[in-house]
Amino acid sequence: MKKAKKAKARRAADKAGSTNAAPNLRGRLSTLLAPGGVRIVDLTQTLSPGFPSIVLPPELGQSRPFRTEEISRYDERGPAWYWNNVSFGEHTGTHFDAPIHWISGRDRPNNSLHTLPLEHFIAPACVIDCSSEAAADADFLLTTSHIVTWEKRHGRIPAGAWALMRTDWSKRADPVAYQNLDHTGQHTPGPDPDCARFLANERDVLGFGTETIGTDAGQAAHFAPPYPCHYYMHGAGKYGLQCLCNLDLLPATGALIVAAPLKILEGSGSPLRVFALVPARSDRR
Amino acid sequence: MARQAYDEVVLTVPVTVPYVRYSIRSAHWFLGRALAGLIAGAKIPKARIDGLAVASFTLAPDTAVGLTQHLGVTLRWLDHVPMGGASGIVSIRRAARAVESGDAEIVACIAADTNHPDSFRRNTATFSQFAQDAVYPYGSGGPNASFAFLTAYYMREYGATREDFGKLCVAQRNNALSNPLALFKKPLTLSEYLNARPIADPLRLYDCVMPCAGAEGFLAMRRATADTLGLRYARLLGAIERHNAFPDDPVQFRGGWALDHQELYAQAGVGPDGVDFVETYDDYPVINVLQFEDLGFCGKGEGPEFIHANTFEVSGTFPLNTSGGQLSVGQAGAAGGHLGIVEAIRQLTGETLGARVADPRRGLVSGFGMINYDRGLCSGAAVLAAP
Amino acid sequence: MAEPLMRPKRKNPISRTRLPTLPPAARSYAALGLTAAAARGAFELQVCRDCSAVQYPPREVCRNCLSQRLVWRAQDGYGELTTETVLHTAQELFFRERLPWRVGMVRLDVGVNVIAYVHDRVGVSPCRVRIEAALDRAGQAVLVANPEHGRHALSDDPKLREMTCDPRTRKVLVSDGKSEVGQAVTRALVAAGADVIWVGEAEPWKKIPGFEALREVPQVKIVPLDVTDGRSVRELAGEIGAKVDILVNTADCHRTFGIAARRGIETAQLEMDVNYFGLLRLAQELAPVMKARAADGPTGAIAWVNVLSIFALANYPPHGTYSASKAAALSLSQALRAELKPAGVRVINMFPGPIDDEWDQLVLPPKLALAALAAALVEALKGSVEDVYPGDVAQDWRARYLDNPKVLERELSGGERSV
Repeated sequence: MKKAKKAKARRAADKAGSTNAAPNLRGRLSTLLAPGGVRIVDLTQTLSPGFPSIVLPPELGQSRPFRTEEISRYDERGPAWYWNNVSFGEHTGTHFDAPIHWISGRDRPNNSLHTLPLEHFIAPACVIDCSSEAAADADFLLTTSHIVTWEKRHGRIPAGAWALMRTDWSKRADPVAYQNLDHTGQHTPGPDPDCARFLANERDVLGFGTETIGTDAGQAAHFAPPYPCHYYMHGAGKYGLQCLCNLDLLPATGALIVAAPLKILEGSGSPLRVFALVPARSDRR
Repeated sequence: MARQAYDEVVLTVPVTVPYVRYSIRSAHWFLGRALAGLIAGAKIPKARIDGLAVASFTLAPDTAVGLTQHLGVTLRWLDHVPMGGASGIVSIRRAARAVESGDAEIVACIAADTNHPDSFRRNTATFSQFAQDAVYPYGSGGPNASFAFLTAYYMREYGATREDFGKLCVAQRNNALSNPLALFKKPLTLSEYLNARPIADPLRLYDCVMPCAGAEGFLAMRRATADTLGLRYARLLGAIERHNAFPDDPVQFRGGWALDHQELYAQAGVGPDGVDFVETYDDYPVINVLQFEDLGFCGKGEGPEFIHANTFEVSGTFPLNTSGGQLSVGQAGAAGGHLGIVEAIRQLTGETLGARVADPRRGLVSGFGMINYDRGLCSGAAVLAAP
Repeated sequence: MAEPLMRPKRKNPISRTRLPTLPPAARSYAALGLTAAAARGAFELQVCRDCSAVQYPPREVCRNCLSQRLVWRAQDGYGELTTETVLHTAQELFFRERLPWRVGMVRLDVGVNVIAYVHDRVGVSPCRVRIEAALDRAGQAVLVANPEHGRHALSDDPKLREMTCDPRTRKVLVSDGKSEVGQAVTRALVAAGADVIWVGEAEPWKKIPGFEALREVPQVKIVPLDVTDGRSVRELAGEIGAKVDILVNTADCHRTFGIAARRGIETAQLEMDVNYFGLLRLAQELAPVMKARAADGPTGAIAWVNVLSIFALANYPPHGTYSASKAAALSLSQALRAELKPAGVRVINMFPGPIDDEWDQLVLPPKLALAALAAALVEALKGSVEDVYPGDVAQDWRARYLDNPKVLERELSGGERSV
């Protein structure tokens, strides 16, 4: 009787747009309130016109970079106010990918921005440090064995956690270096196909996050399947986060990521403000 | 059909409203003062004037019509004559037939323009459609450029020198010295003429008239009317006019007088030798020379020789522009073509402002004007006789 | 004495910038026909279709037979300089600043008199000359008497040079130097003697072959410029706007879709954002400062060139949305021309037919070579024209458009026409 009431209450709450946080989440939140307090780390690049956007062959539809057009600035167009019209592709700047973004995820339930479960917007993060490997090789690929090695030290990646690939790529302030294109295409690090599949299916992560312009490596068009991170993650109903920064300020485990994309009707993704709540005394690598 | 002679038409009451370099008054003021001078000089009430011929550039946007109401005259004959320096002669021709036929009894022929510091530029910029389209954009030299073309051509074709033109200008200045209304008061030497500030090669400062504000006027009526009023007058013997003569001449080296001067002298009953003084239209010295040639005083291209062979002071062999002409008196816009008529009437009636030609029996007055594009379109001339 | 174009001295920075003055701009309706032809670099006069009499100055009815059937026809301009003068005084400020000024009267062989500027390579009158029509700084046609034989550039006469926008010794901004057209134009401007060419680069991470080589050219300065980003345009304008003498807008987004061939408006929106709004952004940020510097002696702002397309005149349905965006740019460029007119900055529009570049790959020849387009652009700057139709296709298309635009529309919608 009580169980049924609870379930009914939950369904009602869902409809109303609120939810009770999952038990493990409640646990995490309460450790944050322990003495010592919490650090907030901004993982978001500033959304600005100069920020690079994904490069696609010109025959294909293009995603627009961030643009802003001033409406007025305390002037004859609007004497006491300043505001802009902004435009951007859903996948511009630091952004969130929903499962509907990829063909493999198009039939998943609750797969677009306005239907994503609310409780997914706060989740723990596992930060995998590949910064020295990426510095040595722009095409560095994260493999399953790298994950296994990481887990030996930091413990198994829990279900529902973000897997974040730290490469320090966000420190490349020059857009040319950030994009790192040459005549053979883009050269940026990412997961190899098996790693992506492993994290999505074997570890049931919430999603995969990177500092580069895509969750997939720059050369992923040539992988099997092409763009395997998108393919496997979204195919499994998982998410993506791209163009993150300050991952080097996060502990390998223990941070809570707040990542709530815009509530766009049938949105495939959106720029967002993503930040981490880090317990002041935490397990640093 | 032979042209009807001018019997019994006289010109009387010569009036000049003194010239000033710049005036804040409008053309209406100068025209009004001219009319006032005419009725005062004729000792008639204003209502006696029943015909009016008006020439003025700066009267715009008014024409003669607006003037009737402005000056309070009721007329049975009215003509606005927009022909620049030929307006005076053309006014005479119109008025003469009017009074002969009884369409009007006393016609006032008045011309005036005001002058403001920017008048010259404004008048030049909008002078005519062809000037706006095809002359002004090429240096905005106004008439100076156009007459420079003619002068350069004439000098090259016929060997005239600047000294030749200078002789005319110096003589006219001498004639002006006794004219109290002339704006130029000092003698002009040939050296000053030759070395003056360049305007548009080969023209220099003293080749060009000084635009000013002022008015000229006279009355046209039948001789009987003038006798009744006790007025001294000059008789009209003959008059010609022509517009757009020789349109295919590449450069203007002759004016319409070349077509009509024989008819003029036939009407007048005398040849060029029978004329005792000449008031040419002298906006530039070269035009004087064209008038010498085209009015039969010498052959085409013989102008330079003619100048060498004559003296042009009032007391000279060929009295020219006896009050100084526009070049030394000033050019009050459209009144420039009336200046010579008014001076001719003064000489023939013995009532000059300055020096007097000895015993003049006949005088010739010539008019010219309207550089619509590349040549003066209007020409005219009249022979007047002493009473 | 003819002087070749030399690099002018640096302007003293504390002396006041001269304000632009213009030659007289008023013309009657009939006379504007002369300007319309001169805008294309042609000298035309009205000819009576009934009696063949040539007319000048322009007018409403034949001066010979009073027929109203007057048509503008190309003239070879040969005639005789019959008389001339040098002006030492002038009524208008423009000429006052430029005295002394030589002007002459020419009797054309076709039997009319024209008053014209006289190129200083012409000898003393009387002599044979050849009349051409050029645009003065007020954007109106004026006639120039050249020596009868040989081709003499307006630039060779130090007074008439002002009617041209010769890029020699000038500072030029090329809005997109990365595209094939942009690279070709930049190289042509270098060869034409431009002092400095700022070359705009959007998306610096995209490596385009040929563009890297441009970095080595000493006159070339690569600058960030993305015409779809107002901030980018504003920042560049703030940095170099006050130095730009000639702006060449090569920014172009050319896709090959009609309406049905591409669902969604994303591609058309990008075309509009570059081709139309890009022009608007550039104009808003750079036109005001160019206007202010328009009379700044030999180092003033003088020209704005837009690389449009013959598709701007009549829509080419296989590239339908692109055509529409170029038509929008054409219309806007007319507004720009009107706004720059009071300062005497000339707006020149290029209307090439299909160019031999990546976007016209499938278009059958003849196509305009990149070098030919660039050469035509430089030549337009060296002359005094506003509307340039380089290449055979452009000329053909324009002739058809003038003949009957509706017929051209039908031809182009036939589908099979090889442009």
